[in-house]
Amino acid sequence: MSEIVQRTPAAAGGSPGGLAGGSAVWGRLRTAGAVLVRQREATVFVVVVLMIVYFGFISTAGRSTFFTRVDLVNLSQIAAQIIIIAIGEVLVLICGEIDLSPGFVYMFAPFLMHYLIDFYGVPAIPAILLSLLFGAVVGWVNAFLTVNVGLPSFISTLGTGFILWGLTLTTCHAEQANIPASAAGIGRYLGSDAWSEIIWAVLLVAIFHVVLTRTRWGLHTIAVGGNQLGAREAGVNVARIKYGNFMITGVLGALVGIQVAFQTSIIDPSSGQYLPMFYSVAAAVIGGTAMLGGSGTMIGAFLGATMLAVLQDGFFVLGISANPLNMIFGGAIVVAMIANVQLARLRGRGRAI
Amino acid sequence: MTAQVSDAPVTPGAASGDVLRVEHVAKRFGAVTALIDVNLRLARGEVLGLIGDNGAGKSTLLKILCGFQQPDSGRIVLNGEAVTLKSVDHARSLGIDAVYQDLALIDQLSVYHNIFLNRERVRWPLLSNRAMRKLARERLDDMGIGLQSVDLPVAMLSGGQRQAIAVARAVYSEAKILLLDEPLAAMGAKEAALILDLVRDLKRRGDVSVIIIAHNYGQVLEICDRVNLLQHGGITLDKPSKDTSVQELNDIVIAEYRKALEERHRAG
Repeated sequence: MSEIVQRTPAAAGGSPGGLAGGSAVWGRLRTAGAVLVRQREATVFVVVVLMIVYFGFISTAGRSTFFTRVDLVNLSQIAAQIIIIAIGEVLVLICGEIDLSPGFVYMFAPFLMHYLIDFYGVPAIPAILLSLLFGAVVGWVNAFLTVNVGLPSFISTLGTGFILWGLTLTTCHAEQANIPASAAGIGRYLGSDAWSEIIWAVLLVAIFHVVLTRTRWGLHTIAVGGNQLGAREAGVNVARIKYGNFMITGVLGALVGIQVAFQTSIIDPSSGQYLPMFYSVAAAVIGGTAMLGGSGTMIGAFLGATMLAVLQDGFFVLGISANPLNMIFGGAIVVAMIANVQLARLRGRGRAI
Repeated sequence: MTAQVSDAPVTPGAASGDVLRVEHVAKRFGAVTALIDVNLRLARGEVLGLIGDNGAGKSTLLKILCGFQQPDSGRIVLNGEAVTLKSVDHARSLGIDAVYQDLALIDQLSVYHNIFLNRERVRWPLLSNRAMRKLARERLDDMGIGLQSVDLPVAMLSGGQRQAIAVARAVYSEAKILLLDEPLAAMGAKEAALILDLVRDLKRRGDVSVIIIAHNYGQVLEICDRVNLLQHGGITLDKPSKDTSVQELNDIVIAEYRKALEERHRAG
């Protein structure tokens, strides 16, 4: 029988061929280096830790307010919003698409909850569920325009986003609304309690990490983005995967919108919009999700979002004006992308050795 | 037309006889007519070579046979019963599976995930990765495909290995009719030998029938029991491999090319 010449595979964990006796420390360092190169998340994790150390101790000689409860809550809330939407973006990006609309679902969903409760007498919990369902409907429309009509998702979701923006401002007359009294109770679990949002975020990341790495849905999502034609030929229902992931993203956008309304105790038409989407796509990309589809991780997006949140909160702690912040953000994204490309090359080389 | 004489009635599920017959199949794409009237049969355990020049419609025929596209007219008879192949999944459920030219492998996924793509072992809601890894390992060893690890992403494999994985995937799905689209294209001698061995192995088992689409006549004749030539939207030659030669097949195709060239000269 014919033999196949096999290239040396990258060892799964642990560095192979480390000659015993030499310096164990050096070996361990090399292993750590290999892990850093192989695991994109590890790189981002190190950056996040360094940033926390900087903002927490170095920048203010240990007198930082970074570790006070108020600041940590603030940090967790900023991070949670980015994380939750990034979960959806990771799924959609892995499919080879993008969703520009979740920030606008975010905008409209709490108003919808308010209209349903205050104008139509719907009880709080059904109203919240219907608002989340509305997110799914937007996701469905995005998928319909992308999969069935054949628009690039950049355009279809840009369109639905603007429509939602206009819909929100028209229906609320560009004015804030109060949280309906009947929803205040359930609101504690969604956003008004200090740590509620980050708990949601961590739970959702854990759930979707399992979905992405351990279920058929996740496998097929990667297959669709990795080789759409191939996935279709293998019998994977490409349309269903894309519909599902757009709908998940819509629901998550709606969830964050409702959470932030509860957190700030006001339904504000100026919250949401395109920024949550930008942050979450940036978080996904920093965390190693490929813009062209086929790969990405929830943990990476979680860390990417944490990194952006730490930057934002750190600047606040330092008392630096918010104005230059976006320059840092932009720089961080570009550096992350360069690192992404370079690390991918390193990974390729590591494989050949 | 030496072998087109299977007029004996084929009873459904008969041990002998044709597992697949294609009758008067036609397919057009807009103004382009890809297939006009294709008639083809495949016996149980047989390896049939489907040859023809580029653009003759070989891949179109393959896509119809695996349910990816539907013919405009004509019918497909599977084990004596006329069937409409509604989708790839449907064709697969009837035991027809294809290995495409592009292999339909997902670079980012591991070997075993590729082998089990869309037929994953699941202990709901989770994938049974351990079971799939073990089964993939066994199957590859069984087929003589010596991979070091089934955990490697297929992006890291060579062309021959990728082809072998794709074939293993199809065989693993208990395909009774295997359609191989240009399995030897762009393959080194060693890798081609691997694939040919794989097909020989299937032939030895006897329960899998294979259609190999190729334009390298030499390799096709080496492995196939019979060859069919697809030209002008139909089968123009049907001979057992031993009754024909690379020379003959080449002559036919080149004669066609000359004729087309002359016509063009006359027209121009």
